[in-house]
Amino acid sequence: MTITSAMNELDRRLLMDRSVSGRSAVTMPSSDVPEQPLPQESLLRDDLPLPEVSQLEVIRYFSLLSQLNFSIDTNFYPLGSCTMKYNPKINDAMASLPGFGSIHPNQPSEQVQGAVQLMYKLQESLGDLTGLPGVSLAPLAGAQGEYAGLLIARAFHASKGDSGRTVALIPDSAHGTNPASAAMAGLDVVTVPSDAQGNVDVNALQELADERTAVFMLTLPSTLGLFEPSILEITQIIHDAGGLVYADGANLNALLGMVKLGDLGFDICHSNLHKTFSTPHGGGGPGSGPVMVTEELSKFLPEPVAEKSGDIFTLAKPTNSVGKINGFHGSFGILVRAYTYIRAMGRDGLKAVAENAIINANYIQSQLKDRYDLAADRFCMHETVLSAARQKRRDVKGLDIAKRLLDHGIHAPTMYFPLIVEEALMVEPTETESKETLDRFIEVMRQIDDEVSEDPEAVRTAPHTLPVTRLDEATAARKPYLRWQG
Amino acid sequence: MNPTDLKYSKEHEWARVDGNTVVVGITQFAADQLGDVVYVDLPAAGTDIAQFGKFGEIESVKTVSDLFSPVGGKIIEVNDAVKDSPEKVNEDTYGNGWLLKIEITDSAQLDTLMDAAGYESLTAE
Repeated sequence: MTITSAMNELDRRLLMDRSVSGRSAVTMPSSDVPEQPLPQESLLRDDLPLPEVSQLEVIRYFSLLSQLNFSIDTNFYPLGSCTMKYNPKINDAMASLPGFGSIHPNQPSEQVQGAVQLMYKLQESLGDLTGLPGVSLAPLAGAQGEYAGLLIARAFHASKGDSGRTVALIPDSAHGTNPASAAMAGLDVVTVPSDAQGNVDVNALQELADERTAVFMLTLPSTLGLFEPSILEITQIIHDAGGLVYADGANLNALLGMVKLGDLGFDICHSNLHKTFSTPHGGGGPGSGPVMVTEELSKFLPEPVAEKSGDIFTLAKPTNSVGKINGFHGSFGILVRAYTYIRAMGRDGLKAVAENAIINANYIQSQLKDRYDLAADRFCMHETVLSAARQKRRDVKGLDIAKRLLDHGIHAPTMYFPLIVEEALMVEPTETESKETLDRFIEVMRQIDDEVSEDPEAVRTAPHTLPVTRLDEATAARKPYLRWQG
Repeated sequence: MNPTDLKYSKEHEWARVDGNTVVVGITQFAADQLGDVVYVDLPAAGTDIAQFGKFGEIESVKTVSDLFSPVGGKIIEVNDAVKDSPEKVNEDTYGNGWLLKIEITDSAQLDTLMDAAGYESLTAE
């Protein structure tokens, strides 16, 4: 706030508007080779408007932008289903080591044994934590992990000559990426309803599971932040029908060291390293979404998979691999960070992560349930889904509450998801926040609820203290400017 | 409130009957739930549609939803104005915010829809 209030009109100018003709960030040495005109026919355009600014202006501009940003290093960031936990700085230190940071993906494995060894060890750790020992680190994000997993499911059925399995069963509470990935993988999506408690409707699932079922995609804990009490029955139903069970690992933070997906009957899962394993995301990415499978399915994994023979580490293509799903080895720098985190925490530390993530979410839920409705009034896992239905009856929407939180220096929670909850506000505090931070959030949420009664306009027009106030999102979407209006 | 001369589906669409032609749109309740509508995807005129069949998508700043036709028949006209100005759906839900005109195949379908009172008790739940 001190930064934004001190901003004057000059500071608010975009880089392009700071341009002064002839100004330059560097002084070029005089050319010691003859000038050569560019071949005219290969020019794409006559001119290119680039900002002409000094180095200092560039530095100030981007430093200012970075200070205007919300980030986990500056603000509480309870964005549900995103696990915005602290990213320990040792992760970056390890990824910056020259042996990891200065290598090239085209170098042969024998020149980068340490890097391939790290991939091998990370595969082992992820396989161990999920109980699904076949691991490929190739997918570059959660959705690509889903896509890879679904390709594996298809390849598995095809390998058995089972060509009629074209349906992906997906709960109505699922992340939007699930049906999108299934459609991309060529499967038909059939929605499985939730019951009144927010669990998978087991009877409906029983009806829907049949010889067309290729895979059932389930998020565990669910997007309502709940553990499926019938999970063993669910995986059995799908297996009895001849299908595979896929775990969307977005919420893996709640399970670390507590339960293994493989033990519950899952065949395939992905993990968002940028969530559970403390690597940057939310604009700080890139993401990483390794895919884990049973021993039986491991021959279908996307390449490359790190292997060990004797003391030598190699990158191999599994025998029935679904192929490459991107250019190289996945987001390698992110893999280093995730492995660093796993080793720094250790097995007991990771279990404590899940325990504290669950305790923190339940603490918030218990302290706010007298003011906000709950999607499900029972113990939650790592996140709690509140509903602003009560506030909406006083003419203030969940969106307004989310915007008002920004005025208090708190990032908005996930809104209007899951779709089956009215005015959903999904809060995931993560294990890395102190009780003081949680208490402050609770106090602010109660204060906003008071405000909804006493001064609803202040909430409806929030935010008031940020460099930009309420954006006209509807007009922005209806009449977008897709090019810079110079 | 919901006009009493319309029929309503549980998927939150309304139907205005005018002889063999039925004008279709989404209800005020649906528009309020969606929030500001930013995009409407409608089929081409001439398309056949089944009762309760999906005919398009509606996108708001909040979410994307499927559109289901309260009656079956041939689509004889679509509201192109809504494609260019989706805000009409929020501003004039039962008027200029209409979406389709359908030539109904079997007017008995109308008996499967709710009246305004029935729809209001549905949305009050």
